[in-house]
Amino acid sequence: MVDAYRPKTLSEALKIRNETDCLPIAGGTDLMVQKARGTGLGPGFEKPLLFVGHLPELQRIEKKEGYIHIGPAVLLSELLHNPLIPDTFKKAVALMASPPSRNLATLGGNICNASPAGDTLPFLYAADAELLLENHAFERRMAIEDFITGPKQTDMKPDELLTDIIIPDMDFPVTYYKKVGQRRGMSLTKASFHGLADVLDGYVEDLRMAFGSVAPTVVRSRDIENSLIGESVNSLKNRYQEILELYEPLIQPIDDARSTAKYRKNVCFNMLKDFLNHLEKNQGDII
Amino acid sequence: MKIEFILNGETQTIDVHPARRLLDILREDFHLTAVKEGCGEGECGACVVLMDGKAVNSCLIPAGYLEGKSILTPEGFKETPRGQILEEAFIEAGAVQCGFCTPGFIMAAESLLNENPNPTNAQIREGLSGNLCRCTGYQMIFKAVRLAIEKGEGLW
Repeated sequence: MVDAYRPKTLSEALKIRNETDCLPIAGGTDLMVQKARGTGLGPGFEKPLLFVGHLPELQRIEKKEGYIHIGPAVLLSELLHNPLIPDTFKKAVALMASPPSRNLATLGGNICNASPAGDTLPFLYAADAELLLENHAFERRMAIEDFITGPKQTDMKPDELLTDIIIPDMDFPVTYYKKVGQRRGMSLTKASFHGLADVLDGYVEDLRMAFGSVAPTVVRSRDIENSLIGESVNSLKNRYQEILELYEPLIQPIDDARSTAKYRKNVCFNMLKDFLNHLEKNQGDII
Repeated sequence: MKIEFILNGETQTIDVHPARRLLDILREDFHLTAVKEGCGEGECGACVVLMDGKAVNSCLIPAGYLEGKSILTPEGFKETPRGQILEEAFIEAGAVQCGFCTPGFIMAAESLLNENPNPTNAQIREGLSGNLCRCTGYQMIFKAVRLAIEKGEGLW
């Protein structure tokens, strides 16, 4: 059996993907841990590896026609240093893992790993991010919430690769990010919240709210958001109890080693309330 | 899989399983044992080396990722002027007790100072946030980095 492929170009990688049942690997920070077998043994992968992290086609960050395109093999540490990346997204990335891991981990890896606690995901959901998936012959573009179908599950087909992450280049005057974990460095998320809003003369023109780590996938409800857009900031502040009740059925956390369902739900409601209380002026991202 | 990479300044060609961890390659194949295995899952930083000048966890890197990369281990780094300053500063500040985490901390400190030669205390803490020490309580380690910045003025 061939143990691994190291293509030189994206088209070569897509050809291998078409002909072989293989496992794409970029930074490896999730896969090497998931498949670890202990000291000296090395990880045990069932399928041959397809190394894609080095492909130059997947490492670009560029602005084109109102969209920011981010290559899936861009490192988390590169996101932090690139002027095209929105500051509020950087706040979330800066709290992921540690500097040595951020020098390996990729944005595409965080998306394809599809963990409910993936910390890039709430922002990408809130920002209406789209993904480009390619096989050797075709490409398709889809919303991130359609791609991630469950915990660790995606709609990626066995012959496809994620080749582009596309974010509308929008400026939100009000941004809010909060991650709750056991400690500041190197911690996995118990619950997180990314809020984006545009407020004009005291009225909400745009409103996005995404919750991480409290359901099988990131929670974002366009229906609830649309029902609130157009209201005044003060009215949203006063109606927070009612808004919490709208989200209540969607926020379905679990008890696990990191936290309890009850705590996570409480924390979500507190973060939502805090965000609604800060809509009139940007407090910056609260960490 | 045949891999060519640079290790402590010398080009090396190895023929290894593509998923073999850089940590095992360094310790077992090259007998470079300054890198340690603490957790084996990127949480503790005891295995940190520099890859193209940046700190990375060697326990998370499969051999296939190494092609064309330049790896600097604590053994290679200690021969450099900056390595010597950091080593002295760690000794002087009492930042070493059992010593298991020390090589990783020194490599993480080098990576931090490469990027930011004049970090604030908060930035030092953030730069070393991927390294665990169970002896010192960290304060002497932070002190060691500040001492290295003073002693090694102009080196970073």
